[in-house]
Amino acid sequence: MATIYVDDRPYEVDPAKNLLEECLSKGLDLPYFCWHPALGSVGACRQCAVKQYRDENDQRGRIVMACMTPAMDGARISIRDKDAVQFRAGIIELLMSNHPHDCPVCDEGGECHLQDMTVMTGHNYRGYRFGKRTFTNQQLGPFINHEMNRCITCYRCVRYYRDYAGGKDLDAFASHNHVYFGRHEDGALENEFSGNLVEICPTGVFTDKTLKQHYTRKWDLQTAPSVCAHCSLGCNTIAGERYGQLRRILNRYNAQVNGYFLCDRGRFGYGFVNGDRRLRQPRLLQDGESRPVSGAEALKRTALLLGRQSRVIGIGSPRASVEANFALRTLVGSRNFFSGMAPGEEHLVARMLHVLRGAGVRTPSLCEVESADAVLVLGEDVTQTAPLLALAIRQAVKQAPRRQAMQLRIPRWDDAALNEVMQQQKGPLYIATPAGTRLDEAATQCFRGAPDDVARLGFAVARALDATAPPVRGLSREERAAVQAIAGALRKAERPVVVSGSGCGSEAVVDAAAQVARALGGAGTANLCFTAAECNSFGLGLLNAMGTAEAFQRVADGLVDTVVVLENDLYRRVGRASVEAMLASAHVVAIDHSATDTVAGAEVAFPSGTFAETEGTMVNNEGRAQRFYQVFVPQGEVKPAWSWLGELAQAAGRTELTGLRSPDDLLAALGRAVAAFEGLPERVAGASFRVNGEKVPRLSPRASGRTAVSANVNVHEPKPPEDPDSPLAFTMEGYPQQPPSPLITRFWAPGWNSVQSLNKFQAEVGGALAGGDPGMRLIEPVANGAAAYTDEIPPAFRRRAGEFLVVPLHHIFGSDEQSAVAPAVAQRSPGPYAALSPEDAQTLGVQDGEFVEIELDGGMFQLPALLMSSMTVGVLGVPVGIGSLRGVDLPARSRCRRV
Amino acid sequence: MAYPYVHEREVRMISRNFGDPAARTLDGYRERGGYRGLERAFEIGPAAVIDEVKASGLRGRGGAGFPTGLKWSFMPKAGVKPHYLLCNADESEPGTFKDRELIRWDPHQLIEGCLIAAYAMGSRHAYIYLRGEFFEASQVMARAVEEAYERGFAGRRILGSENDIEVTVHVGAGAYICGEETGLMNSLEGRRGEPRVKPPFPAAVGVYSMPTTINNVETLAAVPHIVEHGGEWYRQWGTDKSPGTKLFCVSGHVEKPGNYELPLGFPMMELIEDVCGGVAEGRSLKSVIPGGSSVPLMDVEDCRECTLCYEGVEAAGSMLGCASVIVMDDRTNIVREVRRMVQFYAHESCGQCTPCREGTPWMTQVLRRIEAGRGTESDLDTLLDMSAQMTGTTICVLSDSAAAPVVSSIEKFRDEYLALIHGGERVEVA
Repeated sequence: MATIYVDDRPYEVDPAKNLLEECLSKGLDLPYFCWHPALGSVGACRQCAVKQYRDENDQRGRIVMACMTPAMDGARISIRDKDAVQFRAGIIELLMSNHPHDCPVCDEGGECHLQDMTVMTGHNYRGYRFGKRTFTNQQLGPFINHEMNRCITCYRCVRYYRDYAGGKDLDAFASHNHVYFGRHEDGALENEFSGNLVEICPTGVFTDKTLKQHYTRKWDLQTAPSVCAHCSLGCNTIAGERYGQLRRILNRYNAQVNGYFLCDRGRFGYGFVNGDRRLRQPRLLQDGESRPVSGAEALKRTALLLGRQSRVIGIGSPRASVEANFALRTLVGSRNFFSGMAPGEEHLVARMLHVLRGAGVRTPSLCEVESADAVLVLGEDVTQTAPLLALAIRQAVKQAPRRQAMQLRIPRWDDAALNEVMQQQKGPLYIATPAGTRLDEAATQCFRGAPDDVARLGFAVARALDATAPPVRGLSREERAAVQAIAGALRKAERPVVVSGSGCGSEAVVDAAAQVARALGGAGTANLCFTAAECNSFGLGLLNAMGTAEAFQRVADGLVDTVVVLENDLYRRVGRASVEAMLASAHVVAIDHSATDTVAGAEVAFPSGTFAETEGTMVNNEGRAQRFYQVFVPQGEVKPAWSWLGELAQAAGRTELTGLRSPDDLLAALGRAVAAFEGLPERVAGASFRVNGEKVPRLSPRASGRTAVSANVNVHEPKPPEDPDSPLAFTMEGYPQQPPSPLITRFWAPGWNSVQSLNKFQAEVGGALAGGDPGMRLIEPVANGAAAYTDEIPPAFRRRAGEFLVVPLHHIFGSDEQSAVAPAVAQRSPGPYAALSPEDAQTLGVQDGEFVEIELDGGMFQLPALLMSSMTVGVLGVPVGIGSLRGVDLPARSRCRRV
Repeated sequence: MAYPYVHEREVRMISRNFGDPAARTLDGYRERGGYRGLERAFEIGPAAVIDEVKASGLRGRGGAGFPTGLKWSFMPKAGVKPHYLLCNADESEPGTFKDRELIRWDPHQLIEGCLIAAYAMGSRHAYIYLRGEFFEASQVMARAVEEAYERGFAGRRILGSENDIEVTVHVGAGAYICGEETGLMNSLEGRRGEPRVKPPFPAAVGVYSMPTTINNVETLAAVPHIVEHGGEWYRQWGTDKSPGTKLFCVSGHVEKPGNYELPLGFPMMELIEDVCGGVAEGRSLKSVIPGGSSVPLMDVEDCRECTLCYEGVEAAGSMLGCASVIVMDDRTNIVREVRRMVQFYAHESCGQCTPCREGTPWMTQVLRRIEAGRGTESDLDTLLDMSAQMTGTTICVLSDSAAAPVVSSIEKFRDEYLALIHGGERVEVA
């Protein structure tokens, strides 16, 4: 610790930080632009100038940039000094000389860092009397709007996009006061994390194009803390609504999970909430025709199906909340509750949970992955399946070179100097997958092979790390060399991480990853990171559901009268024939937010709320239980799934759900019923939670129009909806100050209207949220729980003539069921294809784009061939969730011929 | 000799081969005494070379005048990391044309200087970063380097010794800012030519993140002579604080503009009047910029007693810089000249720091307005305020350079500004 003096007041600071960070951490307001807590300092904008004095006798002092000056012990600075104040106002004046001052028509207006900083410096009179520089804007695709005239040249966009996110197609062009930030030509930004430019840009150059289509000012949005529903990482978000439409997703900082950033799927995939596929009224299927009915009528019909004599089973969902799944489980009984995951995925989730809960290895948070100094990725294309994990790995590869740089006494925050020293060096990252991935460019070495060969590589690495692990026989010379290199790098690392998951559908790969982690030393070190397919896969996995296949078997055996399907499109899980057989031989009651094929075939369908219209808990890949809150009250008869289940039970005269009338009740019952969730109910801020006796408002005090918005109907102001289920309120009234960290509905502080106000919510800048980061880890390593090595090592992959191993290939845009129908995401989704190596294509005699036919699970699929030079020979990749190929457990062997 | 102009008071050491095309070949250079410095350097060893350069008191000729021997001694001991020598041949300061001539006429002198410097600092690679516009010079340089390689004066085992030094010529793309040492490094690495924040200094983290020393062409050209004849020998010219000779690039309103190698401490008026033949018949001297466009202007009064050495010009209120003497006679519209200079800086700003990026074009526009007769007196305050905002507040000194002529011209030639402001039209002084 060190002491610095700011305007003669002493502050205890960390000398490893710079003056700007420390001033902001101490709650002092100091304007800045080019600095960002995740990007560090470059000292370009010259906005954070302060006066520094040599000692207490120094009266003159000199202007220094706070972001480039270490918070050294004894440092004396002044923020209020007249020269410094004048200098900062002068910088704003210079920055604003070419700015168009178009705030009224700018999407950033009202949450603009440039506005905030301008007001903060006090600059208000414009001395510049000349013409302004103008630029031509670019079409940057469906996510980002570009308006270069507003640019103040802080360089944060390119520093983030290129240095942080690894993007290539955004750069700074030209020089002097004509620096242009854009692409070399119009076109969609290719990087999967481009949406963060919206929050990185301090003004309105890069704005959210999806928001633009139904634009609303920040202060008019009704917002609530939410959790992303589009992959298993559970990034924290703030979802905003107005007039019954979800308008945008912003990042909600959680130091342990997503930090400052989101992926584009998470940010722009919300369109399904407003989509025309939404189910807004219950439907009945009668004589082959589906018609909308009232809730009462639907309940009446369902009451018959769920009667006491009826044999009812429930099929849960990895995209439904823990509460909804548990409500269904309670209704039908745990022996009749089936997971609803695809059988292969279900098996893998169970396997991964088994490893994490029993085998004495620890799973790291994303934040911990970022600080790993060696990474081995087995089988998983993380950029596509768990995008933010890829972003974390991109930071991890900087750890080793950064450590070297810091030996030159370059401080951690000095991004400019670190970049010079690190150049393009990268720390150890090894990737073994069936096909090339976007992360390969950051990798030390990549290994291509069928899932079994990927697993064998992993097992061999475990053996190389620990001689008591079982050996792998028959490796090629190259494989042995790779194994030695990987093992060497992992052994040398202080914080090695193994990343794997269900992405390539292989249990052997999951086991191999666990084996490597164990060989590395097991518990105590954060070293095994798994990803699953969906947002609540692990939460559902912890509920000990029965296998999906068994549900179909029971129906086929005639042991079931009624099936309740919770937020699940079964066609995505099992083959079409199986689903149709079930629909034909049992009464199917579906609850879902959108009109899926399952909903279309169900006898009764109830409209449930999406993540934005309900409240609940999801468990991410780290085992972190996180609560998302309802953002708005949906139109029509849309209700939370657990609420429908309660009404169903009541209508049918069943008592299983009596007394479980809210998410809090359900969670409390869950905590009692399932050991894994013990302690969680007490940690969650439930409906009765109050801050100073008040609820936390979802609307900002500036929300406009509440009194006028329905004046055409009735001049009396309508009563805002009640929210009996959460400590949040659907009004602007309530606790006016910062709420506890899990209940942050927006980032705002006096004088800080932009997302940069986040500084005020953190205990120290760039660190944890004040009061701790939300979420509770349900899976912690078992002490001394080192499990035995498995010796079930698969034989090497052998190709058979005329036959392929079909593996799933994931796509950030398109593979996730919910976001795939969001218009912006749909535009970026690829079409169906069959990816194969050029050698295999030659053998088959197909050219790129010509159709091939494969046979899977009894179905024939014709797909255009996509020649992929990185594809393993003998392996054929098909896109997950795209096109007609679904409900097939992959990998699977298939014949393949040219059409 | 026919080199545009020579004068008997010159001390032609580094410029001895100017105007002599035969010196461009290796043999021609050898016949004129070349590469003896390198041979001596190999004899006496690196430490002794640095000592000689230190003893000579040679100061960097790129403008800052930092003692060269001291700079060399900052380089860490040769270890596992490669060390680099950069030769800054990106000569682009308006009014400066000495390096171009050194390269055009005597490329091997520069190569020899590079080899000696690299040898002294344990560097096995010297880069010569040439200004993009130097087309002829780049061809001459490339040919000379090729010849040096062919004849064993560069590359592996130089002159049969154990010393390996690669010499690479890199041609820039023509940006003034790439002549700033760290901007040059970024440019050489293939990045945008943006100056870096110091620390870390190049001697610790330079090009390709390795310890690097960067020297001006003229500095390196003097090195072979110093090493061959010894540091004390070099001190016979110049002053105590500014030893040796210096090329003066005289341009503007003199009868005989050109490069003149003179001992430092040479009186400025004698340079203008005697060596360069003075201003044209019937004209009188109005102002001199002694060190390239980025130093303050001097008026006649300042020039009278000024001696051309680092300390002499500083005493007269300006800087010797790279000794590019721009002479302006009474025909000169000072405001226009200043505007042209600031406009140049506005165009050459890399665009990193706000004061420079936004301030230089703003000042240009204010100056243009005054020039057009539409200015106001408050514009002068605006210019001075902005100059203050731009001085010492940015990563490199480009914005300081832009501000210097503005401040000094308003101070010394305020009447001219006021005449334009109040006269409402362009003032042509008789």
